[in-house]
Formats: sequence, structure tokens, C-alpha cells
Amino acid sequence: MSNEIEAIKDPGLPAHVHRKADSDPVAEKRAERQVAILFLISALGTLLFIFAYYFIPEDVFFFFPVLGNTNAHQLFLGLGLAMALFFIGAAAIHWAKTLMPDEEVIAMRHTMRSDDEDRDALVSTVKERAGAAGLGRRSLIKRSMGLSLGLIGLSPIVLLRDLGPLPGDDLSKTSWKAGTRLVTDPGDRPIRPADLEVGAVAQVLPELRGKEKRHLDDIAKDAVLLIRLRPEEFQLSPERLSWTYDGIIAFSKICSHMGCAVALYEQTTKHLLCPCHQSTFDVPRAAKVIFGPSARALPQLAITIDAEGYLIAQRPFTEPVGPSFWGRLS
Amino acid sequence: MTARERVAGTVANYVDERTGAAKWVKKNLTKVFPDHWSFLLGEIALYSFIILLLSGTFLTFWFDPSAREVIYDGSYAPLQGLHMSAAYESTLHISFEVRGGLLMRQIHHWSALIFMAAIVVHLMRVYFTGAFRKPREFNWIIGIGLLTLGIVEGFLGYSLPDDLLSGTGIRIAEAIIQAIPVVGSYLSYFAFGGAFPGEAFIPRIYTVHVLLLPGIFLALITVHLMLVWYQKHTQWPGPGRTEKNVVGYPLMPAYMAKAGGFFFIVFGVTAFLGAVASINPVWLYGPYNPGQVSAGSQPDWYMGWLDGLVRMSPPIETYWFGYTISWNILIPGLIVPGILFTGMALYPFIESWITGDKREHHLLDRPRNVPNRTALGVMSLTFMLVALINGGNDIIATTFELSINQVMWFSRIAIFVLPPIAFVITKRICLSLQRADRELVLHGRETGRLLMLPHGEFVEVHEPISPELAWKLTAHEQAPALALEDVDARGVRRAGGLKNKLRKRMSEANAESIAKPTVNDLKEIEHH
Repeated sequence: MSNEIEAIKDPGLPAHVHRKADSDPVAEKRAERQVAILFLISALGTLLFIFAYYFIPEDVFFFFPVLGNTNAHQLFLGLGLAMALFFIGAAAIHWAKTLMPDEEVIAMRHTMRSDDEDRDALVSTVKERAGAAGLGRRSLIKRSMGLSLGLIGLSPIVLLRDLGPLPGDDLSKTSWKAGTRLVTDPGDRPIRPADLEVGAVAQVLPELRGKEKRHLDDIAKDAVLLIRLRPEEFQLSPERLSWTYDGIIAFSKICSHMGCAVALYEQTTKHLLCPCHQSTFDVPRAAKVIFGPSARALPQLAITIDAEGYLIAQRPFTEPVGPSFWGRLS
Repeated sequence: MTARERVAGTVANYVDERTGAAKWVKKNLTKVFPDHWSFLLGEIALYSFIILLLSGTFLTFWFDPSAREVIYDGSYAPLQGLHMSAAYESTLHISFEVRGGLLMRQIHHWSALIFMAAIVVHLMRVYFTGAFRKPREFNWIIGIGLLTLGIVEGFLGYSLPDDLLSGTGIRIAEAIIQAIPVVGSYLSYFAFGGAFPGEAFIPRIYTVHVLLLPGIFLALITVHLMLVWYQKHTQWPGPGRTEKNVVGYPLMPAYMAKAGGFFFIVFGVTAFLGAVASINPVWLYGPYNPGQVSAGSQPDWYMGWLDGLVRMSPPIETYWFGYTISWNILIPGLIVPGILFTGMALYPFIESWITGDKREHHLLDRPRNVPNRTALGVMSLTFMLVALINGGNDIIATTFELSINQVMWFSRIAIFVLPPIAFVITKRICLSLQRADRELVLHGRETGRLLMLPHGEFVEVHEPISPELAWKLTAHEQAPALALEDVDARGVRRAGGLKNKLRKRMSEANAESIAKPTVNDLKEIEHH
């Protein structure tokens, strides 16, 4: 190509331009003073830091434009530290730029590749040494070594086995049983249908029976959302309708997508929205997914009332709650 | 000899007699570093890492990595009497009772954000200038490893305080693990020591966050820097700069002072942010409870694209032979990120396969001179940006009074449509810039001065550009496309015809360029 033959020539490194401080003693002195001032500002910053640490009480708040109500201790501690650090940097760089030698120098590169001699020598050395060890000839040693090294690689994996129990059918079970009372969260009070107005929503958990303490692991599967509609608003199959009680419908609060709490209920549209990934569930149609990434409706909990008029579960959940997993249907 | 010189000499002698360091130190004190602002981006990442180690060590002195349940009785009144984990309580203690604790927490979090941002921008610099080419492919791969680990490390870090927001993030991570076919629920039970959330995960991720990953980071960063040192830094093309030399400032004293000073600047700016810009105010979120969530839950920015992909995923699950596969989690959560990061790691090898270029490169490319690579980069960034925007779709919807469905549908379409458009536009812009460079070299700079010729015509006076600039604009190579014939010299069809055809097509697209001006072109113009 003509390009390569007739390319524009490299004019070479341009001549060095001296700075003012290189030739003018006044400018040099000025630069020196500037560097010193920058270092001194840093020192002041450290003093401010120490002052703030010891002498500014931690409960003093004051109004600072842009920041709003600000804690004085925290602000001046931080500003002092920032000043102390920043101006050391500023001084060092100003020093380098004005007073230290700024002439560009040229160093030569070497190719990464070793000389042919060295490479040949390496190959012959490796061959000779490997030959001396007789790895190629002694296949018994080679194979038994392969076996032992392969097997020992298993031991860390074996050791990690006790990290946790096997899931078993744990993911498919919750604490809800036939007759379990729904209690408020927080408060643990049983609920009567009349406690819930039309349009209201409540988070409930299964009543603690025998257990004195609720673990987060339980809440992660047991959390249920109660929503009360007008009974005629439901568009449910007869079976699902029988799972509701007087307009009250109960769903697992744990999102069928990735397990966040499906916490946003929009009263006018009767949609439940998961704030994590915006899966949207239509409450009158048994929490059918109408938007977003979730592929499954929220599991519905069948409810009714007991002899005392409190809301109870008719039966456990009929499917696992929460995000999907490989053996969910088995 | 002054007394001070004598002492220094004694010490140096003592060390050198035991290490032989003098030869190595002498050689390296004069090591040359090219100067350019874009070479500082990696330094920001390095310095942020040091800041993370320092501030993180401070936090470990008070942080209690335990899920043990306690009742809060600290100085923050709104949470008094609440049940919470010791991890969350000690985070509140650091924030409210330890003097400087909140500052250190905020510095730690800010420097994590800056660390990730600096890595990403540094990676973009290396990509768009072709600094990953031979012999620097290993360092590219180490860099991709650091980026990946950085995302994990950051996620684990903001999960430790065990507040409502971070617990929600852990829940989502658990769902991703659980979605892995066949072994997902087993892996999840191993990771969490049983059912989610359990009490095991906080101490476990603490060990990974403060010991395991920082150790790997230290090792990888050391190798990364040693390779930069040994291979010498790349440099921009310009007068006097060639593939065989390196032009810049010697390590001692100027570069040392600048680099050391820059560490303090980065630290100072981070401390300033920690002082004035509140970040992750965990006391407002409350302790984690799997039955609760706050509206507008957002991960840190470097996880946002992943969350955005998960949000825009269509609701697909299959139930084959009684087994559930959650494509709505697997595709955005594992498959797409896997393809992206593997593709990124392999890019240097893909490019050298397309160009057939196996030589060493130490001069950087100006992005416009490699239109295809630049366009591919902008295309990938566009993809990531759409994903990131969708990660904040709820915030965008509420801020701009849109419906969340509109934002989501925009993202779902845009993620397929915008990246190819970005590719085409970028490539055209690059070629236009090449044309502008050619014009500038051939016709000089427009001075803005008008000249009236004797016959009344107006012309603008052009001033020739300096030989230095002319060289800078024409120093790049313009390699022709690979000549890959379908048949070899004897007329026999080559094996791997499809692969060859693909390579040929890509090589041709890659070689598309505006011919750079030559001396001949210049002479021709002078004659006119």
C-alpha cells in the first residue's frame, strides 16, 4: 500500500519547554511557598479533626445549606480529615509539577519473548530433568499419582458437606395447619372478620402453639397477607371461593418470584405489587400474575372461622410458598 | 560526607548485603511512566482498595458478625426496644456511639462505590484504546476477575449490616441459588446452613468479605501491577513515541510524588463525601424481617444492571417431567451475565483472531481509528445502561410520574433495539472523525479569517497544522482485511468454510476506514 511507503514522517520528540520556576528564582521561591502553604492547610485539617473529635459534642445539630440538618461532630470530623488528606496530595502534586524535574525521558522496550537460545535451553533442560525422573517410563507411579491427587481434591468438597442439612421437604412445608389461628403481626392477636374493613389489608402469621419464639426462618415462609374485598368482587373458581371467608382472602406474602415480601397493595385496582421486581398480582382473580417477571400466582391459604369466631386456616398451603426450585412439584 | 549521608549509607549497606537490592532499586527508580489523565483511572481503583482495607479494618473492631437476637437499647431512640441481630445492633453502635464510626462507615461505603466505578472506567479506557492487545491479555483477564470479585465483595459488604434493605438483597441472592437446576435447593441449604435466613450466613459472609476475598484481591492486584511494571506502560501515539520506546517521567522523584499525592487526593475526596453525603443510613431501614420490605428497594449501582435484567425478564417457567426450571431467574441472573463476562474475558483473543494480528502493541489506538471495536464497546455499554435504568424503574416511574409498566416495556424493547442502533451510529461517528482528521491534515486548520480574491470570491484562510499534530493524526496503521479465500491455492475447498466465512466478514467490517493522508496526498494539494 502506498500509505506505508509514503507515510507522514515522525518529527521526533518536541523540544522541552522550561517552566518559569526553572529559570526565574522569584517564581521558584513562589512555588516553594505555595507548596508549603498547601502542607500547612493539611496540618490545620488534622487540628480541626482532633478538635472535632474531643470538643464538639455528638448531639449538636445545626442547619447547613444544601445538607439540611447536620450533626456538627460528624461534619467537622469528616471535613478535617478530608482537608488533612486532600492538601497533602495537592502539595505533593504541586511540588512535582512546579519544582521537580519535568523533562520527559525515553526508555527502550524489550520484546517479552525470550531469546531462542534461552527457549531451546529451557526445553532441553525440562526434557532432560523429566527424563531423569522417569515420569514417562514409570507408568505405575504416574497412574497411582494421578489417582491420589484426583482423590485428595475431593476432600475439601467432602469437608463442606456439613455446611448445612439437606432440604428434604422443608421448602414445601410451612407452619400453617388445619385450624391454625391467624394472628396479627406485630401483636400476635387473633382476628375476627369484623376487625377487617372492606378494602383493608393485614399481615398475619400462624398462632404460636407450644413454641415460645418465632424465628425469622418461620416468618420467611409463614407470612400471609389478608385482604378484604366485597364478596361479589371475586372472580374465583367455586373451589377457590370456598377458601375465602366473607370477602376475606389470604395469600402467602412471600413473592413467588424471588421471595421478597409482596407488600404494596393498591386499593383502587386491587393489585398486589412486589417492590423488588414489580411482579403484579390481581387479588380478585386469586393473585394471578398480570405483570412482571413472576411466573406463578401467590399461593392462596384457605381460611374460615372457628367456634369462637376467630379466623383460622382450613388446611395447610396446598403448594410450596416462595421462589421456585427444581423439585417444587414433587 | 554529612552525618545524615553516613547513616543512610550504613542502613543501605546493611540491607543490600543481605538482599542485593541495590541493583534492582537503582534500575527501577529511573523507570519511565508515560503521563496521561486516563492512566490515573486504574490508580483510583488501587487507592480505593487501600482506603477500603484501612476503613474496613477500623469497622471490624466494633462490628459483631452475628445473627444472635438482641434487644436494642442504644442511643437511637426510634429503634429502642426492637428485636434485632447483633450485626445490626453493632452497626448502629458504630454509627451513633463510636466517635468517627459513622464517618468511617460512610468512607468505607463511598470508597466501595468509587472502587467499582474506577474499575469500570479503567476497563473502558483499556478496551477503547486497545491496551488489552498482546502482550497484555493476561492482565485483561485478571482485570475481569477483579471486576467480578468486586461485584461479589461489594454485595457481601452491604449485606453485612443485616438491615431490611440488605436482607432483601440476600433473599434475592438465595432465590438465584435456589433456581439452579437439580442442585439449587441443596446449594442454598449449604450456603445458609438450613432454611433461609437462618443464623449462619452473617458470620459466613463476614469471613468471605474480610478475609477470603480481600486475600484474593491482594494477590490479583499484586500480579496485575507486577505485569504493568514488567511489560511497561502503554503510551499514546505522538511525536517521538514508537512501539519500541516508552516516553515519560522517571519514577523518582516526579512520578512518585504525583502518584503518592494522588493517593491522598483520592482519600481526601472520599473522606469529603463521607463527611457530607449520607450513604446507606441503615437506621432508617430497620432490622431485617423476611415478612417486610421497603418500597424502592435498590441495590448498589454495580448490581443495578443485574437487578434490571431480572425485573424485565418475561414470566417464563417450565415444568418438564415434574421439575421446575425458572427461566425468569436463570436467564437474567446467571446465563446472560455469564455470557457477558465470558465474552469480555475472551475479547482480546477474538479480536486477534479477526485481525490475524499476533504482534506486540504498546502504542494505544485512538478509539476512532478502530471503529468496529469502539462501536462494539458502545453497544455493550448501551445494553448495560438500559439494564441499569430498568433496575431503577420504580424510582424513575415515581420521579417522572410514569407507570411502571411503561418503563418496563420501554426497557424490554430497548434492550434489543438500542444496542444495535448504538453500534451503527458509533461506527459512523468514528468514520466521520477519521474523515475530519484527514481534512485537517490535508487542508489545515480553519482560521476563521476571510480573504477576498481580486475577482471578488471569498475564501477562508486555512493554516497548515504542526508536523507533530499531523504525525499524531496519521501514526496509526490501517491494515487491510484478511485475504481468506474459500479455496486454497490448489483449488481445494478449505475445511471449516463457515468459520472462515465468518472470519472474513468480520475482518472486512473491521478494516473499514477512511484512508489516512499520505505525503503524496499532501504534495498533490500543494500543486493545486
